[in-house]
Amino acid sequence: MSKSNLTRRGLIKTSAIAGAGVALPTIFTASSAAAFTNEPTGGSVTLGFNVPQTGPYADEGADELRAYELAVEHLNGGGDGGMMNTFSSKALQGNGIMGKKVEYVTGDTQTKSDAARASAKSMIEKDGAIMITGGSSSGVAVAVQGLCQEAGVIFMAGLTHSNDTTGKDKKANGFRHFFNAYMSGAALAPVLQSLYGSDRKAYHLTADYTWGWTQEESIVASTESLGWETVNTVKTPLAATDFSSYIAPVLNSGADVLVLNHYGGNMVNSLTNAVQFGLRDKQVNGKNFEIVVPLYSRLMARGAGENVKGIHGSTNWHWSLTDDASKAFVKSFGEKYGFPPSQAAHTCYCQTLLYADAVTRAGSFNPCAVAEALEGFEFDGLGNGKTLYRAEDHQCFKDVLVVRGKENPTSEFDLLEVVEVTPAAQVTYPPDHPMFAGGELGACNPGA
Amino acid sequence: MLGLNKRDFSLLLIVAILALCAPFLLNPFPADSAMAQFNAGYPDLMQRFVIFGIFAIGFNILFGLTGYLSFGHAAFLGVGSYSAVWMFKLLSMNVIPAILLSVVVAGLFSLLIGFISLRRSGIYFSILTLAFAQMSFNLAYSVLTPITNGETGLQLTLDDPRILGVSRTEDGSIPVTNFFGLEMRDTYEMIVGPWSFQFNNGYYLCAVLMLLSFYIAIRIFRSPFGMMLRAIKSNNTRMTYTGLNARPYALAAFVISGMYAGLAGGLLASMDPLAGAERMQWTASGEVVLMTILGGAGTLIGPVLGAGFIKYFENIFSKINDSVLHSWFSFMPDGLENLLVTLVHPFVGKGWHLTLGLLFMLVVIFLPGGLVEGGQRIARLFRRKKPDDAKKSTQSTPAE
Repeated sequence: MSKSNLTRRGLIKTSAIAGAGVALPTIFTASSAAAFTNEPTGGSVTLGFNVPQTGPYADEGADELRAYELAVEHLNGGGDGGMMNTFSSKALQGNGIMGKKVEYVTGDTQTKSDAARASAKSMIEKDGAIMITGGSSSGVAVAVQGLCQEAGVIFMAGLTHSNDTTGKDKKANGFRHFFNAYMSGAALAPVLQSLYGSDRKAYHLTADYTWGWTQEESIVASTESLGWETVNTVKTPLAATDFSSYIAPVLNSGADVLVLNHYGGNMVNSLTNAVQFGLRDKQVNGKNFEIVVPLYSRLMARGAGENVKGIHGSTNWHWSLTDDASKAFVKSFGEKYGFPPSQAAHTCYCQTLLYADAVTRAGSFNPCAVAEALEGFEFDGLGNGKTLYRAEDHQCFKDVLVVRGKENPTSEFDLLEVVEVTPAAQVTYPPDHPMFAGGELGACNPGA
Repeated sequence: MLGLNKRDFSLLLIVAILALCAPFLLNPFPADSAMAQFNAGYPDLMQRFVIFGIFAIGFNILFGLTGYLSFGHAAFLGVGSYSAVWMFKLLSMNVIPAILLSVVVAGLFSLLIGFISLRRSGIYFSILTLAFAQMSFNLAYSVLTPITNGETGLQLTLDDPRILGVSRTEDGSIPVTNFFGLEMRDTYEMIVGPWSFQFNNGYYLCAVLMLLSFYIAIRIFRSPFGMMLRAIKSNNTRMTYTGLNARPYALAAFVISGMYAGLAGGLLASMDPLAGAERMQWTASGEVVLMTILGGAGTLIGPVLGAGFIKYFENIFSKINDSVLHSWFSFMPDGLENLLVTLVHPFVGKGWHLTLGLLFMLVVIFLPGGLVEGGQRIARLFRRKKPDDAKKSTQSTPAE
């Protein structure tokens, strides 16, 4: 019958293919020649920019991408060079990285660790990216950092504020320039003390996930050391858009400070609700009621509009800084895009430059050589003053800005003013600090 | 052959050939040509094609046969992933125990959810499953953080207490997932002139399991049990009036498709040992519904095609950015180039959802039977001259 005919043909086909499949790889083994994953061999080198282009942090992602494009332009010798001119290390020549033209691929993390990893994997496996950078949330950054460690490429973290990124989830192939929750707490505490005194009762509303918790932990620890009392800490679901039901109990709790451990859209909504409830006009325990937003960004301030006036928080960098490096960066970013960069853009630009510089100083794209060049690297001229890339946990230590929502903004970008620049020494902690304990860098992995 | 009739066997054979030759078929363009952007033959995406194929095949057993539209299938996928990662953390880096556990756990979980949800049918069933899945997502995202590691997702660490195997390798890194020593991430790269083809161990493991799942699905479709499930779809009330209790059948189908989802989840974790809560979100559940409908609900091959289609868009179209567009159109005069880039821009990169949405609308409006119907129409065009046209149409019955 025809049935058996088909079977025979099928059998021959399958066995031919199976045979070819088994035999071919033993003839061609091209990949074993490389010394490390995605060693660039041609006249160009590919970097992977993995940012959220859709989802809640798409605004930050778009700004990060602009900064990356600007950095690539500067590395390849285009534009006015930006912060390459002010950077204390002079290894970069504007001829790409070690003479190889810088090219890049982009991907969408969707602010989901799964999608971010898929995107990063495609950059590594398909496009041959030698370094992955980006991320606008700590969950994504930690997930992609883990992937890069396994794959044997360098990960330069973008916007990630959780202690875990360079704490319990730190990796030998991952580096973070951005500050973290502990630093926010350490920088804010003295300012809060001088503004509001040391006899305060704080009430925390916290986004219910890893970042929120580490930030709450950090702020509670640093404010309690001032003598503040923590009345209550309430977790709010990440998807919440209306916080009225969480704000109402604050009024009856006897607290006189509300700390909002929220970010992005969450913070915009919770702050707006809090102000609408008239919290800021209240008098509790004979003191003015105050609101604190530990992690501030200009994009969030714009979302919250009028409500941010007079509210304190901390930030990694702000475009109104007047040092040469910041001015140079704001100028070249502004000329290209028509508005000043956000702190997310700044940290991503710095990370790209720092990577390129480390490769050039190491004289190799090998991730282990690059990691060695970055570890313990001290630099200046990237807008944050003197900065150290600490070898023990791959975290940058630099000054932290305490900012306040401006009372009389002169433009839609001029929303925050710098209250104090907290020196790096004050926000430095030992690598084995309990909030960062539990992780280990492990060994650097060059892949291949 | 294998208890299948001729037509089904040749279908299985075609799927097998496609799966085994995928590294060639998906990389049709030379590696350094401009069209290389559209190559999909790299390990991660090929793995995703077959893994989500398994997920969609399983979903189709429930939706295509019984007509019960579950909006919570991602929960089983997520549960499968978490079980697999825990197995890696606690037992061994071998993928077999991890995959087995993920199937079992997903099966038990779907038994529980199915037992409750199947008390209702139609939209109420969909809403119940959606609610359960969303509940699981929220639990995984925050409440159960000690088990799931919350937002960050469950990952391997250097101090996992692995009973069989080491916590860390000699050079101080985390061991990789393997199949009796065969590392899942190992890839042979074959260079033929300007082409490069990647053969990945993990992909072939997934492909073999996908073929196995596909075979089981065919057997279910053709069995008396499958007939019973179709009867539920055509008229549940009539079944009840004839004295048959349909619920155990529906529950069995629900558990089977839950186990398929668990297998897919376990495989995802085996290829890349991470389990994120987003895998359980309602959008992930919606995605598998889209895959099944796009490919053709109730058909055998449809869901696999639909899964491939969506994953292709998600991973390939989302990576086309403006500079890529400029390099495509660079041969044109400047004004025209910029105009074309502006026109195409909304549909690629972050706009891939838009393109996918448009295509989905086109398919649903013009090809209600999904991509499979499109294929059948084309086949009919070519076959019209031949006399033996009447014999076909037994193979697949697209959803109405």
